[in-house]
Amino acid sequence: MAALGIAIGGGNWFSALALGVTLLKCLLIPTYHSTDFEVHRNWLAITHSLPISQWYYEATSEWTLDYPPFFAWFEYALSHVAKYFDQEMLNVRNLNYSSSRTLLFQRFSVIFTDALFVYAVHECCKCIDGKKAGKELTEKPKFILSVLLLWNFGLLIVDHIHFQYNGFLSGLMLLSIARFFQKRHMEGAFLFAVLLHFKHIYLYVAPAYGVYLLRSYCFTANKPDGSIRWNSFSFVRLISLGLIVFLVSAVSLGPFLALNQLPQVFSRLFPFKRGLCHAYWAPNFWALYSALDKVLSVIGLELKLLDPNKIPKASMTSGLVQQFQHTVLPSVTPLATFICTLIAMLPSVFCLWFKPQGPRGFLRCLILCALSSFMFGWHVHEKAILLAVLPMSLLSVGKAVDASIFLILTTTGHYSLFPLLFTAPELPIKILLMLLFTIYSISSLKTLFRKEKPLFNWMETFYLLGLGPLEVFCEFVFPFTSWNLKYPFVPLLLTSAYCAVGITYAWFKLYVSVLTGPPVGKTKKH
Amino acid sequence: MEKWYLMTAAVLLGLTVRWTVSLNSYSGAGKPPMFGDYEAQRHWQEITFNLPIKQWYFNSSDNNLQYWGLDYPPLTAYHSFLCAYVAKFINPDWIALHTSRGYESQAHKLFMRATVLIADLLIYIPAVVLYCCCLKEISTKKKIASALCILLYPGLILIDYGHFHLGFALWGVLGVSYDWDLLGSLAFCLAINYKQMELYHSLPFFCFLLGKCFKKGLKGKGLVLLIKLTCTVVASFVLCWLPFFTEREQTLQVLRRLFPVDRGLFEDKVANIWCSFSVFLKIRDILPHHIQIMISFCFTFLSLLPACIKLTLHPSPKGFRFTLVSCALSFFLFSFQVHEKSILLVSLPVCLVLSEIPFMSTWFLLVSTFSMLPLLLKDELLMPSVVTVMAFFIACATSFSIFEKTSEEELQLKCFSTSVRKYFTCFTFLPKIIQHLFLMSVITMILLTMMTVTLDPPQKLPDLFSVLVCFVSCLHFLFFLVYFNIIIMWDSKNGRSQKKIN
Repeated sequence: MAALGIAIGGGNWFSALALGVTLLKCLLIPTYHSTDFEVHRNWLAITHSLPISQWYYEATSEWTLDYPPFFAWFEYALSHVAKYFDQEMLNVRNLNYSSSRTLLFQRFSVIFTDALFVYAVHECCKCIDGKKAGKELTEKPKFILSVLLLWNFGLLIVDHIHFQYNGFLSGLMLLSIARFFQKRHMEGAFLFAVLLHFKHIYLYVAPAYGVYLLRSYCFTANKPDGSIRWNSFSFVRLISLGLIVFLVSAVSLGPFLALNQLPQVFSRLFPFKRGLCHAYWAPNFWALYSALDKVLSVIGLELKLLDPNKIPKASMTSGLVQQFQHTVLPSVTPLATFICTLIAMLPSVFCLWFKPQGPRGFLRCLILCALSSFMFGWHVHEKAILLAVLPMSLLSVGKAVDASIFLILTTTGHYSLFPLLFTAPELPIKILLMLLFTIYSISSLKTLFRKEKPLFNWMETFYLLGLGPLEVFCEFVFPFTSWNLKYPFVPLLLTSAYCAVGITYAWFKLYVSVLTGPPVGKTKKH
Repeated sequence: MEKWYLMTAAVLLGLTVRWTVSLNSYSGAGKPPMFGDYEAQRHWQEITFNLPIKQWYFNSSDNNLQYWGLDYPPLTAYHSFLCAYVAKFINPDWIALHTSRGYESQAHKLFMRATVLIADLLIYIPAVVLYCCCLKEISTKKKIASALCILLYPGLILIDYGHFHLGFALWGVLGVSYDWDLLGSLAFCLAINYKQMELYHSLPFFCFLLGKCFKKGLKGKGLVLLIKLTCTVVASFVLCWLPFFTEREQTLQVLRRLFPVDRGLFEDKVANIWCSFSVFLKIRDILPHHIQIMISFCFTFLSLLPACIKLTLHPSPKGFRFTLVSCALSFFLFSFQVHEKSILLVSLPVCLVLSEIPFMSTWFLLVSTFSMLPLLLKDELLMPSVVTVMAFFIACATSFSIFEKTSEEELQLKCFSTSVRKYFTCFTFLPKIIQHLFLMSVITMILLTMMTVTLDPPQKLPDLFSVLVCFVSCLHFLFFLVYFNIIIMWDSKNGRSQKKIN
């Protein structure tokens, strides 16, 4: 502890920030945890007690293994530590097992693996240019960026209260981005390939990686006007990239290919039988679509235009993942969402190809891909917003426009996570942490860009301030009204519809700024 | 203030830590028949709500004083009464007479925790923020840093939110007191009427204000001020005690409840002189009761006399703060019937001088939390304790870079060592010694904590570790008492010499 103290005493603010948030995470150990806790316990048990051939077949618990093989191996590695804590949690039949030692182990496993995230943030801080460095430490972009990433509200509540392992996964992504900034492309590609085999949701941002590597790494030179120089193509680079991806995939999927289980693995990874929206409504385009449908159906019922008997009984808010039929508007199929997602991503990817702007352009495209998939994807979790929020933090300290988009995106995205924590003891925590992060992010970025025009126009300010009354209404007023029994879905509907507006707006604004951004000739990075 | 957002962040951080700690267990959770302080607070709500004010402090069939009878001054009782009204509104079972004894539920825990948080939010935290904003001669950054450190002080958080103890909230107003005399004395009277332990701080208040009057001249402005102050004090006391002044017996009974002199010299394991000394000699059993009282009174009085005289003669805000520390510490070490939680009354004035002597204050605050280790372990608060202590340490170390501030100047020992050097010219090793002592003390504390947690004490000495903890802490506190007295005694010379330089 003394050594630690001396290390901090030297004014090393970064380690103080990291240690501080780690301690806060430790304090969150006794908080509520969701069924994801049991999911991960079950995976520990599966990987520990069964042979590989059984991993993707085991179905004692309803929470079957549906992450790619690297994550299974990760759980396998963890289980070898877990056995020293409590042997019982490694039994597949011990459904919903939870002892205090299990809780400690699981929570600490998240906290410890976050070390990778901390390292990634450290690397990211090196990449951003400190041009605007003020005199005060608290006004330096590096300091602000590390607070925004390390103390990210979404990560804190999703990982350390709700329980998931997003910390080290996001760490891998940030690290691969940082490697691109540092011109270590091979390393970045390798990290991303590994990440894909940890959690396949990152497939959504793969187009950005693919196009960027092809355009800016495999083609080694540009014409003076920025367009592509076809004869500069480097086959060596392409082949080495392909080799990396192939080797990583071979290590991950090879064993299952050998066991002839690939179809089974893929059927677990891509369960298209789930509903369009997750149990809660992620604030995306489909939330607006479904909200419209719901409103229309209520109006229709009131006006006797619809026959009540023909309306499907399944309610989107019943809490279980299930199929959902729209009543008025046409129902949405997985294929339709897939096509919508692709169409939404295409312009950003084209932009990356025709107007390459170095790693910064790549980062924009990555965020747009993540946001587009969030907006139009099939069965999107509201937690997926973190996929866009974290990389966006890197942009936010660079330009005022990006800072404004970041703040709208983050604030609404984080607010939309509120329904994840619905228990009373966690209510003050989520409100306090949200206030902490929001006030800090808005004020510090305002201070950083105080010489430029204000970050928000009146409409945006009004919208963001509206979140406060919305929270008061949803959590403090509505549950005590008589409407609560008749329309229990109203708070969720309001939350996701309101947030969907903000996120759509941020997505749109970012798209506009990318498409109308300066042409290649003006940027002198190449 | 341009950096209001950092201050807001500090406050929000303090609140978050408080609430997360409150999710843990509390004193006497699930331990019938007496439970703990949590049940005491609930019981007071029950009593004050259901019984007429005349019976609050009296033993009756409805009010068994043996079972957590009300033994705090009227303001606490009123506060419980107020909370009881809210409780009634939410769930009448929580405060039903007789049947609610030992009531425990998740919802009720949430309610009780919320009452502490709200009291803190309304009184303690604004006081801390106001105090830090009013600090003179330091940068905005330092102001925010000291607010953050004070708000993160683990002892208070753990006792209020973990162990459950309401009532230190009002203490915060003390901070205000040295800027506006009348408001300060009013606030302090309220604090005394909230918790009689505040008497620990009354002497410095008295001496400081008296000294101020003397300074202004007893015949002119000083007299006016004195009269104003007296009126304020009397008025606020009368206001608080009004319902109990109707009969003489009422008043006496309340006083008897507040000062239970028939209890022992100390309770449980306290890190004060008497408890540590009784390791060698069982004073409690040897000496008769009234002699114990006499001895403790004499020791307390003698130990705080010099600082108080000094303050009366040279009243200054700085001297006032240090005298608060040393007086409270003397009371804690020597007075009669001290509870281990009373160390918080010393810690709070230490928090006030955090920005002046960061190194020593941090050290003291760490020791004070450590001295409550047996209590915290009993309440199963090991994890939050360790975490909050580390967080506090990191906050202090980062924001004040305490390890670079160990020169004589920074420790405020310049004058002292200069005067010692007149006799011993080689007296230059003081900062070095203090650094080594700090290292040793931290290592001892860590080792003792680990031993207490992991090892089983030998069968012959079941209390071995808690006695060791008390003994070690007591040594520390004695050392700090000497240190603070040195600062106070050599203070004005420092001021004068600085003026000469200027």
